[in-house]
Amino acid sequence: MSEKVLMKGNEAIGEAAIRSGCRHFFGYPITPQTELSAYMAKKMPKIGGVFLQAESEVAAINMVYGAASAGVRAMTSSSSPGISLKSEGLSYIAAADLPCVVVNMVRGGPGLGGIQPAQSDYFQATRGGGHGDYHLIVLAPNSVQELAYLTAEAFNLSEEYRIPAMILGDGTIGQMMEPVDFDLIPEPVYAQKPWATNGTEGKREKNVTETLFLEPSELEERVFEREKKYDVVRENLQRYKSHDTDDADIIIVSYGLTSRVVETAVKILRSEGIKAGAIRPITLWPFPEKVFKEVHPKAFLSVEMSMGQMVEDVKLACDCSVPVHFFGRTGGVIPTPDEVVNKVKEILKEVE
Amino acid sequence: MSKTIYEKPHSLTETNFHYCPGCSHGIVHKLVCEVIDELEIEGKTIAVEPVGCAVTAHNYFNFDVVQAAHGRAPAVATGLKRALPDRVVFTYQGDGDLASIGTAETVHSATRGENITVIFINNTIYGMTGGQMAPTSLPGQVTQTSPYGRDTHTQGYPVRICEMLATLDGPSYIARVSTDSVPHIKEAKKAIKKAFENQVNGKGFSIVEILSTCPTNWGMSPVEAMERLRKEMIPYYPLGVFKDVEEVNE
Repeated sequence: MSEKVLMKGNEAIGEAAIRSGCRHFFGYPITPQTELSAYMAKKMPKIGGVFLQAESEVAAINMVYGAASAGVRAMTSSSSPGISLKSEGLSYIAAADLPCVVVNMVRGGPGLGGIQPAQSDYFQATRGGGHGDYHLIVLAPNSVQELAYLTAEAFNLSEEYRIPAMILGDGTIGQMMEPVDFDLIPEPVYAQKPWATNGTEGKREKNVTETLFLEPSELEERVFEREKKYDVVRENLQRYKSHDTDDADIIIVSYGLTSRVVETAVKILRSEGIKAGAIRPITLWPFPEKVFKEVHPKAFLSVEMSMGQMVEDVKLACDCSVPVHFFGRTGGVIPTPDEVVNKVKEILKEVE
Repeated sequence: MSKTIYEKPHSLTETNFHYCPGCSHGIVHKLVCEVIDELEIEGKTIAVEPVGCAVTAHNYFNFDVVQAAHGRAPAVATGLKRALPDRVVFTYQGDGDLASIGTAETVHSATRGENITVIFINNTIYGMTGGQMAPTSLPGQVTQTSPYGRDTHTQGYPVRICEMLATLDGPSYIARVSTDSVPHIKEAKKAIKKAFENQVNGKGFSIVEILSTCPTNWGMSPVEAMERLRKEMIPYYPLGVFKDVEEVNE
């Protein structure tokens, strides 16, 4: 019988990861995600797992690189400034086609920024963050239940495609407590790992995990091969949720915590007879662009806790066929439903 | 009847080294592979190669290899070893990699007593990028980025890694050896063997610093380079065992 437990988002990630077979967690303290490290520090020794507090975010992601190349499910987590430090390692992990899961509980930036929730790392997450042609699978939950679900999915998808996966949350999703039912998360699906550098035992040719290819045509060929894989992911993995879009004059696009504000705003707008709808991307990379071809509003509005990052993907997804507007708060400020409602009314006035 | 008195270790491939004439990498690769053969651990060994001249060391090793980002080899080795505690994991790093950009990873894997082996090539210069000043470049040493000689007032002093790490409780074995002469090479092999045996026996972090040559970037012949190692480097970087937990316990 399934049972709901009340849990903080950050702890739910830890529990979901453990249930997904992750036994190697490498962390470094930073607000607002430290509860995850604390949870792993408490749990891992009791189940024969590894929790290690690294000397830096840089070291932590490179420990993940080592453990992932050994073939085990490995994970690290951080928040914005720490993800910047991990970006070097993420580029190498992507280049080595290794699976792993990285959590970013985004806080306000740039610089040290603040410790309140933000969505200003969207570009960093969806455009790579580190150097070179690569992508992460980026998943954006909007509840603690979904956080647990997507953590389990992240491990499976990352192994299936050999692409590092990122959970892009925010300070609030990590910190808030909600009921979560772990029986509803996906079962681990383990991929074969003939590429793992785990010792030949004299039974196979050596494996090499490498990212240096000095011959330009060889490097290009590898990037091309990876791009083919990305195309498969773009085709197969677009996920989103939408509501009230069929007759909508305006569709509000938002992800993560912001989508909950937008849900309330849409209810208010509908109660006033305004035809508003909503699309919530769950995969930020690949961006769910297909759904934008299936809806026909007079305008889109991207609502974000940033100065406007996802809005660029909305424009690309709809080919700018209708006006795409933006409303955002940033620095740790969460937009209110009333602000969104007012913005929608402003836009519709212009349209009419 | 013929009798084999010397052969290439099995864990070393047939591939010709790309290293310059007179460079110590070839000697050290051979010593490491001899030790791996003697300990019969080829099938369970995983090397972590650095960024530096040994970045393609996997061409010469007959076992699994992971290529790390610059300086991160000890962190990568930590991840590997924690995932595969019954495997033998070693890093092979130069002075720029280990003592400059990777100082934090070096110090912290050492202080954790991480059960890995570190092979540290100190040739007082950045080789692969064409001869820039290293953290271990000697005072007055002329390099591409210290063209008037390393000025200790503005460019600081060389880092003595063994002495620094010996202040920590974590490491199990710390030794500095040299490749300038046959007796020293024999000593080097003993130290490398001990550093691997320690790991097999679960004794924790072992590092062997190997004073090495870089004739190309020093602008010397191989023979002159060996002379410089002997006359200038050994006095600054004294050879010996700086820590051996076994000896303390006995």
